[in-house]
This record gives sequence, structure tokens and C-alpha cells, in this order.
Amino acid sequence: MDRQMVAEFRNEFDLTDAVQAVRDAGFEIVDAYTPFAVHGLDKAMGLKKSRINQISFLFALIGITVGVLGQYWVSAINWPINIGGRPWNSLPAFMPVAFEVMVLFCGLGTVFSFFAWRKVKYGKQGLQPNLRATNDRFYVVVKQGQERKSTSVVKDIVTENNGEMVDQ
Amino acid sequence: MANQISVREPQIHGNKNHADVTQDVCNIMDRKPTWLWWLGFGLALSALALGLVSVSYQIATGIGTWGLNKTVGWAFDITNFVFWVGIGHAGTLISAILFLFRQKWRTSINRSAEAMTIFAVICAGLFPIIHMGRPWLAYWMFPYPNFRGPLWINFRSPLAWDVFAIGTYLIISATFWYFGMIPDLATVRDRAKSKLKKFFFGVLSLGWNGSFRVWHRYETVYALLAGLAAPLVVSVHTVVSFDFATSAIPGWHTTTFPPYFVAGAVFSGFAMVLTLMIIARKTLQLEDYITLNHIENMTKVIILTGGIVTLSYATEFFMAWYSGNGYEQFVFLNRALGPFAWAYWIMVGCNLITPQFFWFRSIRRNVVLVFILSIFVNIGMWFERFVIIVTSLHRDFLPSSWSMYTPTWVEIGTLIGSFGLFFTLFLLFIRTMPMISMGEVKSVLHYRGNGDNQNG
Repeated sequence: MDRQMVAEFRNEFDLTDAVQAVRDAGFEIVDAYTPFAVHGLDKAMGLKKSRINQISFLFALIGITVGVLGQYWVSAINWPINIGGRPWNSLPAFMPVAFEVMVLFCGLGTVFSFFAWRKVKYGKQGLQPNLRATNDRFYVVVKQGQERKSTSVVKDIVTENNGEMVDQ
Repeated sequence: MANQISVREPQIHGNKNHADVTQDVCNIMDRKPTWLWWLGFGLALSALALGLVSVSYQIATGIGTWGLNKTVGWAFDITNFVFWVGIGHAGTLISAILFLFRQKWRTSINRSAEAMTIFAVICAGLFPIIHMGRPWLAYWMFPYPNFRGPLWINFRSPLAWDVFAIGTYLIISATFWYFGMIPDLATVRDRAKSKLKKFFFGVLSLGWNGSFRVWHRYETVYALLAGLAAPLVVSVHTVVSFDFATSAIPGWHTTTFPPYFVAGAVFSGFAMVLTLMIIARKTLQLEDYITLNHIENMTKVIILTGGIVTLSYATEFFMAWYSGNGYEQFVFLNRALGPFAWAYWIMVGCNLITPQFFWFRSIRRNVVLVFILSIFVNIGMWFERFVIIVTSLHRDFLPSSWSMYTPTWVEIGTLIGSFGLFFTLFLLFIRTMPMISMGEVKSVLHYRGNGDNQNG
């Protein structure tokens, strides 16, 4: 595994600027650790738009299908009961429940997909450069290049943006 | 940006930095509870105990312990159900709809408003279950394969829709609340001293480490949940209003009920958020976080939704006259002038007049007045549901079956008990969980580390 360099910043603006500069200088950003979702850092890090909304849509489709077909099967096929002369397949009346089932599937499906993607480790202490990453400090982890001088380039950018290197 | 002069008042007062926010919010959980908290908790527990006694007595004896009769089959219980569901709606509105509209002032109140939603929906959900009379058979509401035929539930019934709407609402709100809290739980975990606390928050925070690659997806999921919760909250009170609107009872079967109920729910919910937040900011010294701006913004929502509610009252009367339907006209005249006129005029007084005070900036920024007015809105909205339910029923088509309704001590005890449950849960919540979303508050600080943060 390549060696990594870690830098610490005191606010989100310095971090974003430094990340942008480090990437422009041709380095690869491994990750950043921040106490909150920093606006604009995704662009600076060059992260692609998450595709989890497609998974979401899939769960919503499953939900509405289960909702509509389930009610149809129950009310029209499995055990039809004449309720006030309504048709077996009262589709308009099935809509509220179908909608709720769709929202339920979609919401839970999205959240659990997120958990599955992160491979959450229940009860494990998070691995972060410093515990202050969840409090008031911002960290960036940069992949160190092959050449010796690369270290000093990153160091310069970090210092320029009011940050400091963290000893590993 | 650094030299830009902010014309807006900052979101958070007191020139806080990131660490201050963590410190201030976690302090509420770390320090010993104040005597005020113990007083509130004691009162809430006593109310809850009264509720438990009432409900136990009612379940052991039967629904006959209530003041219901053959004509008035729904009264106190369903009033409380609709009231509590309505209270819950403000939380989702603040956390989901204001999020989608990028209203940054929501950050310091959304967590506790969401908690309020969950507790209010729990209170609401108990009432139909108690109303069943045989609550041990409550699982019959769910469609599951059984040996009774299989006899399924009637999906054409709005009461069955209610089960799905309230159930989904509770699950999705709880998920949204917990999901939004994960980063803050990690913050608490990382500063915890005791082993127990470290373990407890370690389990709950799912190994969150602030990685931005995770944050990036997390934000997408959060936005998706907000996008789901926004139509959900509208659907829930729409379905609740269908309980009435799909019936053939004059005073109930109107097509204006869904928007009327949703607006009323937001109206009462915001009043409850104001009541709770004003108490919280005073007793927990959160004046820097829940500022006068927050209070003012919420009163503006009350003006808007109060206006919609007023319009709905007027529309109902107009439509009763315009329909030419004698029964419909009778119900509305009976509401305003009949034996329950006192309840009707309490409702009109509280819901129409109270919001008008909020047109004045000096009143909007007067915490004591806002607190008093918010309680009036709560009272008015409780009476709105009472008026809709009881006055539409008590004088039906046959004058020989007309009757009156008076609640018994059991019903009043159950209502007090639901408030007890609500406040017990809320007081426990502010002691055990970060009640202000630290991560989101930090993101609106715009702290630059040189002491001149101009958040706005």
C-alpha cells in the first residue's frame, strides 16, 4: 500500500481550497474527514454523483407493485367479499395504501442500501485520523507519490491554506 | 466572501466556533438534570400514571366507561387521535420540506421537532387501539395469512388506510430522525468518557468516522428521505381526513377536508413546536441556537396556515349554503348556534384571532406573548377536531335520537395521560440524545477561525 499524508485544517473553506489545489497539482485524494457535510468539497475531491437514487427508484417500483398487486390479489382473487356492492377490483380505493407501501419500501430500502454499501460495523469505533474529526477539525488524506519531492509540494499547499501536516 | 458584509442576522448567535457547538449541545446531556427538569419529569410521569389508570380501567371494564352513546359514537378519543397526528406534522415539515426549500434556519430546531413528531405519532396511534375496546386483537388490522378464511382486511375502508398511513409515517419518521442523528451520535461517542456511554453510542453510531466519501452519499440519502417524507406527511393527514370525508355524514363529507386538515395539522404542529422550543431554550439556555429569528419564522408559518384554516371554515359555511342541502345547512347552523356553540366559538376565537397578532413584528419577537399565543392555537386546534366530530354526530337525521355528549373522567384521564407520555418521552430525549443537530448547525456557522464568523 502506498504511503499516505494527512493534513489538518481548522475550517471547511481552507480544507476545500487545499483539496482543490492538491488535486490540481496531480495528487490523488484518498479521503477527507469532516465534522459535517462540507458544501462544495465533493467537487473539489472530484466525487461522482451518487447513484443511490436509482436504487431508491427500484425500491419504489417494487413497493408500488407489491401495494397494488397485493391488494388486488387479496380483494379480488384470494377471498373476494362483497362490500357495499363495490367491484372486486376497487383500484382507486387501493391507491392510498399502495402509496404508503411504496414510501415504506423506498425509504427503508434506500437507508438499508446505504448501510450495506458502507459495510457498517455495528458498535465498532470509527477509523479516523483523529477523534476531533467528528468535532471541530477537518482532515484530508493524500496518496503520496513515488518521488521524494512530492511530500514538500503537498506540505507547501497545506501551509499556504492555514493547515498543518499530521505526523503518522 | 470573507470581506462581504452580512446584512442578515446570523443563524446562530454568540460567535460560536465548531467546538463550542459540540460543547454546548453535549453539555445538556452531560450535566446533572436541573430541578426544573425533575419537576417537569415528575409532572409528566404523574400524568402518564393517571393515563395508565384510566386506560387500564377502561380496558378491564369496557368502552361503556366513556361518555359515548348510540348517536355520538366518536368523540373524545378520535379527537385526541387527530389532534396528536396533527401535532406530529410540523416536525416532518421542518425536517423535510424546509430542507428541500434550503431553509437553513431549520438546523437548530429540526432534531427536536422530529423527535416531537415521533412521540406525537406514538400518542396518536394509541387512541384507535384503545378505541377498539379489545386492544389485544389490534393485530387484526394487518393483512396477514390467517386461519379465519383467510379473511383479509377491507382495503376499501379509510380506517384500513389509516393503519398503513400512520404505520408508515411512524417508521419513516423514526428512520429519518435516526439517520439524521448518526453523525452526531459519533460526535458524542468520540468525546464520551465513561465506558458505558462509549459502548452505547458506539453501537448507535454504526462506526461513523466523518469520511467525506460517506458524507457525500449520506447527503444524497438524506435528501431522498426528505423527498419521500414531504409527500408522505401530506398523505397522512389526507388519509386521516378521509376517515370523515368518505362518510355520508353532513358536516363530514366534503372534498375540502384533505387540504383543510393538512393546513390545520401544520398550524397546530408549529404551535406545539413553538411551545416546546420556547420552554427548551429558556430552561436549557439555548438562546444562542434557538434565536428570536427562529421564533419569528415559525410564527410566520402560523399566519399562513392559520389563514388557510380560516378560509376552510368560511368555505364550509359557504358550501353548506350553496349546496342547498337542508341537512348540511342544519349541521353548520347547529355548530355555530346549537348546544356546542361554546366549543365552536372557542375554536373560532383561538384559530382565527390568535394568528392575527403575529402580523406585528414586536409581538413575533416577544417570547412570552408568542408562548401564550401558541398555547391558544393548541387549544383552538384541539377544539376544531372536537367540533368537527361531535357536532356533526350529536344531532343526526332523526330528532328522536338526538343526544348530548359529556366526557367521563376516564376519557379526560386518557387525554392527560397522552400528554404525560408525550412529555415523558420528550424529557428523556433531551437528556439522552443530542437535541440539536450539531453537524448541521456547524455547517451554517461559516466559522473561519479568526473570530469574525458571519454566519448567515
